[in-house]
Amino acid sequence: MVSLSWYLGVGALLFAIGVVGIFLNRRNLIVLLMAIELMLLAVNMNFVAFSHYLGDYHGQVFVFFILTVAAAEAAIGLAILVTLFRNLETINVDELDRLKG
Amino acid sequence: MDVTTILFLVFAGMLLTAASGVITARNPVHAVLLLVLAFFSAACLWVLLRAEFLAIVLVLVYVGAVMVLFLFVVMMLDINVDRLREGFWRHLPLAAFVGAAIALQLWLVLSHGAWQGKRAPGPGIGQASNTEALGRLMFTEYLYPVQLAGLVLLVGMIAAVVLTLRRRKDSKYQRPGEQVRVRRGERVRLVAMAADGEAKQDARR
Repeated sequence: MVSLSWYLGVGALLFAIGVVGIFLNRRNLIVLLMAIELMLLAVNMNFVAFSHYLGDYHGQVFVFFILTVAAAEAAIGLAILVTLFRNLETINVDELDRLKG
Repeated sequence: MDVTTILFLVFAGMLLTAASGVITARNPVHAVLLLVLAFFSAACLWVLLRAEFLAIVLVLVYVGAVMVLFLFVVMMLDINVDRLREGFWRHLPLAAFVGAAIALQLWLVLSHGAWQGKRAPGPGIGQASNTEALGRLMFTEYLYPVQLAGLVLLVGMIAAVVLTLRRRKDSKYQRPGEQVRVRRGERVRLVAMAADGEAKQDARR
């Protein structure tokens, strides 16, 4: 019998993999976006697991909204990425210092 | 060990392996394809949790649209991968430490909470089909949030179009509005010329 803790463990590991991905690929903007997608997937996994084991559908509605926001975020992020590459010919995070921040 | 447990272990193993591959792959195209595999495994896990609607939405919308968008962008850009991977192994010890700490904390907090022991699905699950129950919730209790979600998608779409639309200076194109609005004076110029032999020779030339 698969219990709630197993799914929570998978979610926690997935979130940690996303964080490690941000650390490892801190120069590559595309992989950074993909690591964010992994972290959102981990959160969704926890929502669905709780929804199933607590017998409450509201968690699944929240997953629906998270998917919506994540899709919009990915679209805008990739559009910004394309614009950056068009103007600077690079997606290296270290070279994106136009704002002198 | 029943079938559900075996399926869970297989799908969870595939999910975590593919996720690790996403962040370590050398080629960005491979990373995107592994991300597709990760989402697919996650959808299989959600089917095990009887969340069929969300599993199908994840595969159709997320893998079908968002991941394909990723794939298009990755293939469109000409990226020098080696320069982007400088310092990859140097960051590994710190990254592994932080990741392990986060995973441990999340698991400790979440799996020892007050909800522990409430394993059996409560009322509400299992009466109607998953899609029907979610649809009822979305179109009654969550009606306005669903409309707002649509607005978020609209804003995202317009933002993506505005960000990537550009007027190319090196390409030629028609402007029908100006063509319709044109006056005679902008196109025809009357020149007064003398009607003698010199003018004829000029015209022949």
